[in-house]
Amino acid sequence: MSELPAAHAAGAGAPAPENDAKARMRAALTAELPEEIVLHAEEDLRPFECDGLSAYRRLPMLAVLPSTIEQVQAVLRICHAHDTPVVARGAGTGLSGGALPLESGVLLSLAKFNRILDIDTANRRATVQPGVRNLAISQAVDHLGLYYAPDPSSQIACSIGGNVAENSGGVHCLKYGLTTNNIVQIEIVTIEGERLTIGSPALDSPGYDLLALMTGSEGLLGVIVEVVVKLLPKPELAQCALIAFDDVRKAGNAVAEIIKAGIVPAGLEMLDHPAILATEEFVHAGYPTDAAAILLCEIDGTEGEVADDMARVREVVEASGATDIRISRDDVERALFWAGRKAAFPAMGRISPDYYCMDGTIPRRALADVLIGIGELSEQYGQRVANVFHAGDGNLHPLILYDANQPGELENTEAFGGAICRLCLEYGGTITGEHGVGVEKIDQMCVQFPSAELTQFHAVKAAFDAKTLLNPDKAVPTLHRCAEFGAMHVHHGQLPHPELERL
Amino acid sequence: MTETTDSTLAGLAAQVADACEAGRALTIAGGGSKPFLGEAPPDTNAEKLDITAYRGVVSYDPGELVMTARAGTLLAEIEAALDTEGQRLAFEPPHYGETATLGGTIATGISGPGRPYTGAARDFVLGTKIINGRGEVLRFGGEVMKNVAGYDLSRLMAGAHGTLGVLAEISLKVLPAPRFSRTRVFEFDAATAIERFNAWGLRPWPITAAYWEDGRAYLRLSGAESSVSAAMETLGGETLADDALFWADVREHRRDFFTRGDAPLWRLSVAPATPTLDLHGETALDWGGAQRWLVSDESPESIRAAVAAHGGHASVYRDAAGEPIRPRQHPMPAALRQLSQRLKHSMDPAGILNPGRIDPEF
Ligand SMILES: Cc1cc2nc3c(=O)[nH]c(=O)nc-3n(C[C@H](O)[C@H](O)[C@H](O)COP(=O)(O)OP(=O)(O)OC[C@H]3O[C@@H](n4cnc5c(N)ncnc54)[C@H](O)[C@@H]3O)c2cc1C
Repeated sequence: MSELPAAHAAGAGAPAPENDAKARMRAALTAELPEEIVLHAEEDLRPFECDGLSAYRRLPMLAVLPSTIEQVQAVLRICHAHDTPVVARGAGTGLSGGALPLESGVLLSLAKFNRILDIDTANRRATVQPGVRNLAISQAVDHLGLYYAPDPSSQIACSIGGNVAENSGGVHCLKYGLTTNNIVQIEIVTIEGERLTIGSPALDSPGYDLLALMTGSEGLLGVIVEVVVKLLPKPELAQCALIAFDDVRKAGNAVAEIIKAGIVPAGLEMLDHPAILATEEFVHAGYPTDAAAILLCEIDGTEGEVADDMARVREVVEASGATDIRISRDDVERALFWAGRKAAFPAMGRISPDYYCMDGTIPRRALADVLIGIGELSEQYGQRVANVFHAGDGNLHPLILYDANQPGELENTEAFGGAICRLCLEYGGTITGEHGVGVEKIDQMCVQFPSAELTQFHAVKAAFDAKTLLNPDKAVPTLHRCAEFGAMHVHHGQLPHPELERL
Repeated sequence: MTETTDSTLAGLAAQVADACEAGRALTIAGGGSKPFLGEAPPDTNAEKLDITAYRGVVSYDPGELVMTARAGTLLAEIEAALDTEGQRLAFEPPHYGETATLGGTIATGISGPGRPYTGAARDFVLGTKIINGRGEVLRFGGEVMKNVAGYDLSRLMAGAHGTLGVLAEISLKVLPAPRFSRTRVFEFDAATAIERFNAWGLRPWPITAAYWEDGRAYLRLSGAESSVSAAMETLGGETLADDALFWADVREHRRDFFTRGDAPLWRLSVAPATPTLDLHGETALDWGGAQRWLVSDESPESIRAAVAAHGGHASVYRDAAGEPIRPRQHPMPAALRQLSQRLKHSMDPAGILNPGRIDPEF
């Protein structure tokens, strides 16, 4: 995403903190930590002003770059004592503004925690620090014939700590599960500075499944300082089919039919016509530019399994009206098929000054209807949209193309995005499948959840962080915010949150 | 949803709200097939919250691989509905009796032989409708494969024994049943079985269960016929006849091993490659070594210490005659326990839902 004018910069968040508050916090932190890891000058804070949702920017009061768990404990203990909010940050690739700093808060970067601590081949596990890049894990165990399955498209950059905080997914999650299904243990530091082990080296642990609760909690419940991930044996063989359709509806239905046939592909991705054009121009993956949509269907397993399943995929998509089916003959061709999908986001950057990546999940049976609905919204809002997404999971990523230098286009884009969220909800889906709520979707949470559920979320948060200091004002909106936002969860025609005054 | 099911749910919620107001404990009652799981047995003197009337499949779309059902639905009924579509619950839940309900299955969070290879009960929970300790009906998660809106309170319900909320409805991811399955038997001692199970786990073979008992290792392979056959050829061993029944017996503790002797039956949960433990008694290995059954008279302290030395935990499944062993679950570190208690309080402030089932204190 390209640089944007600071459209949302000023207004967002609390007024600038008093300088003496900053001086006091800096003194408190440097009293226990090396001075050089506590950053305070504007030019040093600049790199932390935004994550992947770059339309939102804000400088933190201070940034701290610890390299030991004891230092993380000290930072949190001091912030807790001074009632100062803390935002944890991994690689800053998040797309929902989860790592957006607070002007009156401390930004806690885990970037220095970049070591793989242990590879336990016999148990198929790796113990890693939270700042380790997702792809680095698979690379480190490649020689053992193993890999870490969840593979977000950002895997060369994003950190495993960020993945746990967002419960990130990727192409292979259809068959192998999300982050939550692929980790066994984490170490966290609470806002009080206490270190806890959650999960265990065994396949379960006594008491509540806090590992499930922590995964996807967007840095609101604790800071993750170590992760034990599961490793899987690399499949013997993988093959990818590139399948073309002359109609989006047929492509959407083919996705549902493949799953219905009892096949669980390793990946099942879809690109619509605008996405095909942009990527083909950019990487020349050989995508048919006259197709209305293509599917990339990867099958992995043993040789026999791949042959069986591919034959069935061919049958199913032919019956669904595919116009062209090409099956990769070797890993070189397979990589070429995927090259387009992988380059789809940067390809958008070439045809539009800016783009906004949306994220929502719907039942697969609604794919065709929702894609057509998004097309209609695109006309209504007067903005182009391209779709590149995890079709097998029903996880949509409409990319709204816009130009931030045109007055009003960013606001119009966000309104369009909000309408897509509502469309997903109407079809029984969710406002976010993998990018998280952060600051981006906080108002849409009011549409997805009634006040009783939101209140329960806040109560759970309070069990971990009574003073609301960890990543405050993200992920779960206050009821007042929902009342202000206006477009709320409407149930049986009743006005939601009747207990609150309209502001 | 029909009028009656609606009013059944409203009635249950009202009963919880009343109990909350009065600070009166409730025992959530499903099929009553697993009273031996959890910390304390269900308190039969407490007021009963009977969920068995809240039953039935709410929706099932085989093409979506999702089923939503009410908690009081019999597990057998769910499995029969899935079977007609060639699908199944891939975590192979033990029933431990014909009265097992879906609610009890998820509340106890137990999984069968396929667990290390296909996932646990918690891995298949997509969404829930619960009644919290205030008597509020809340919905978390949904019916889609990926959903990160809000904390994952649905998955948290798996294994919480109803102490965080009464499960009312559960949406589960379901999977196609394997097309072809075969089990091979090998003559191994326990140490060899552990070593082989984990070495084989490094290979891309379609292993879906691995069990050892009395000098014999059993390895189930499932998937495409061609890949199962190819793996069998490489692995050797003998083919086990009627293997579906064998795995059902393992899952349901119907094998002789589980009723042998008078000593308590322990469940040891450890990392799969953990070496054999130096404990008296008889051992069976499931989950490729990650779940071990021990019939032993050793003291709870020495069993727990032996397992904890490897980062694992031990719980009692069956007592010997006489005083039941307490605590039954492996004790949690103090800080984690306090956090768990605060979490419990956030969902059930009056502490009325199945008190004592997950921890002696809450
Ligand atoms: C081009 C591109 C493609 C992408 N593709 C995918 C995709 O396919 N699938 C997908 O799921 N996501 C995708 N993402 C989104 C993003 O990469 C993921 O959300 C990723 O997990 C974020 O990791 P990070 O290290 O960058 O976290 P950050 O952006 O630094 O932080 C994300 C959130 O996690 C919290 N956090 C980070 N580290 C910790 C920690 N150690 N402890 C506690 N909280 C922490 C932060 O406070 C914040 O709320 C994509 C992003 C881009 C830019």
